[in-house]
Amino acid sequence: MALLSKKDTKLITDPFADNNPITIQVLGICSALAITAELKASIVMAVSVLFVLGVGNVVISLMRNIIPSKIRIIVQLVVVAALVIIVDQVLKAFAYELSKTLSVFVGLIITNCIIMGRFEAFALGNGPWRAFLDGIGNAAGYGIILIIVGFFRELLGSGTLLGFPVLGNPIPGELTGLYALGYENNGFMLLSPMALIVIGIIIWIQRSRNKDLIED
Amino acid sequence: MEKRTDKNSYTILFAVVMVVVVGSLLAFTASSLKPSITENQRLEKQQNILYAMGINDNDESNAVFISTDKAPDAFNNYIKEQLVITIDGSGKIIKTQTRDEYMAETKQEPYLIEVNKQQDNAKKGEPRKLPLFVGEKDGKTYYVAPIYGKGLWDAIWGYVSVDKDMVVQGAYFDHKGETPGLGANIKQRYFMDDFIGEHLLSEDGVFKGITVAKGNADPKNNDKTDNAVDAIAGATITGDGVTNMIKSDLKLYKPYFDTLKNN
Repeated sequence: MALLSKKDTKLITDPFADNNPITIQVLGICSALAITAELKASIVMAVSVLFVLGVGNVVISLMRNIIPSKIRIIVQLVVVAALVIIVDQVLKAFAYELSKTLSVFVGLIITNCIIMGRFEAFALGNGPWRAFLDGIGNAAGYGIILIIVGFFRELLGSGTLLGFPVLGNPIPGELTGLYALGYENNGFMLLSPMALIVIGIIIWIQRSRNKDLIED
Repeated sequence: MEKRTDKNSYTILFAVVMVVVVGSLLAFTASSLKPSITENQRLEKQQNILYAMGINDNDESNAVFISTDKAPDAFNNYIKEQLVITIDGSGKIIKTQTRDEYMAETKQEPYLIEVNKQQDNAKKGEPRKLPLFVGEKDGKTYYVAPIYGKGLWDAIWGYVSVDKDMVVQGAYFDHKGETPGLGANIKQRYFMDDFIGEHLLSEDGVFKGITVAKGNADPKNNDKTDNAVDAIAGATITGDGVTNMIKSDLKLYKPYFDTLKNN
């Protein structure tokens, strides 16, 4: 028997392609704009969301039969906020350096609409194992877009990747690499609007390859 | 048929239980982790102050603190005195205490004075305490002062070390929640190192501060006496925050440096 049944595998692979939370459902745009100016921040955010959404989906799924439907949104919010705060506190105590890098993301994780969206749409109606797979799949689908956008914004905006200069030395007077040929960084790539344009290009490529996704 | 979980009584009960459970869980986590968090923050302050003095493990392009296990020893060795200057609302010095005098009065290390609380005190018209750390390295004296202000999203702070003429010898900036890739870069070497050698005073000795300026025609920062450094693209408000906190907080130390000159 395979580890994952066909249906379960789809839970993970779907968000990567035809049901991507960012490019198809257009969720989580706010954080995708805010933190993709560098690749490292994108990766950190992708991993954080992977963790929170994976665990959060399981917790909500376990509680799905006892959550009163009238206050379910509040309950979801409490679960995700508590999770994030506990992780933040533990990091502060035992991995202080890491926690300082992550503190920026704490608020963004709580308000990430993908998380609430998956709780509401999936975890409330499915068992913990399937909810876990769904969480991992969606977070990964979100993360991959974040990393693609972060890659291009940092490369074209700063000429670096993960902080390492890859296009040469841009300091006037000691130009090397591409800069010696007259290339210049596009500072506009560092601003949020360009994230939207990069995401737009990704959406365009995706929809032109798969006509089913085009709405009339 | 109405489900059990739809009843009002159940909803209220659930809410109460949830609040109690989550509340106690968070309170328990917070209080059991508090000692190690406070210790981490204490060490970080020492690392920050030492960093501003140029005592760090910087590699070619990244800012690296000296390790936490070495920080307390280095702090004791390099920091010769921790002064606490108390000023009144008009900026006049009321008294200057040494570390021992301050410790005898408050049982608190001067480097743990919280600048933001002192700023609040000053707003209420109470006297403000200004900590100033006097360090010595390679026969040179460094005066390190903490600064605190606000960036675009949240608090920003830092430590600036100057010599007796208020020429910057080193700077460390940090932030709580500035945008990664933009405002968050105030804690990058290329920004902080620009401050080294900059004058806080104008040529005729008036306090001018250092402006984080856009298009100041000196992007390579060759001119150290122009009271300006080059801004980070896309981080205007964070940069203005740095300008403001340097202006408003370091200005308060000017009277003390005047007394140094007269002696």
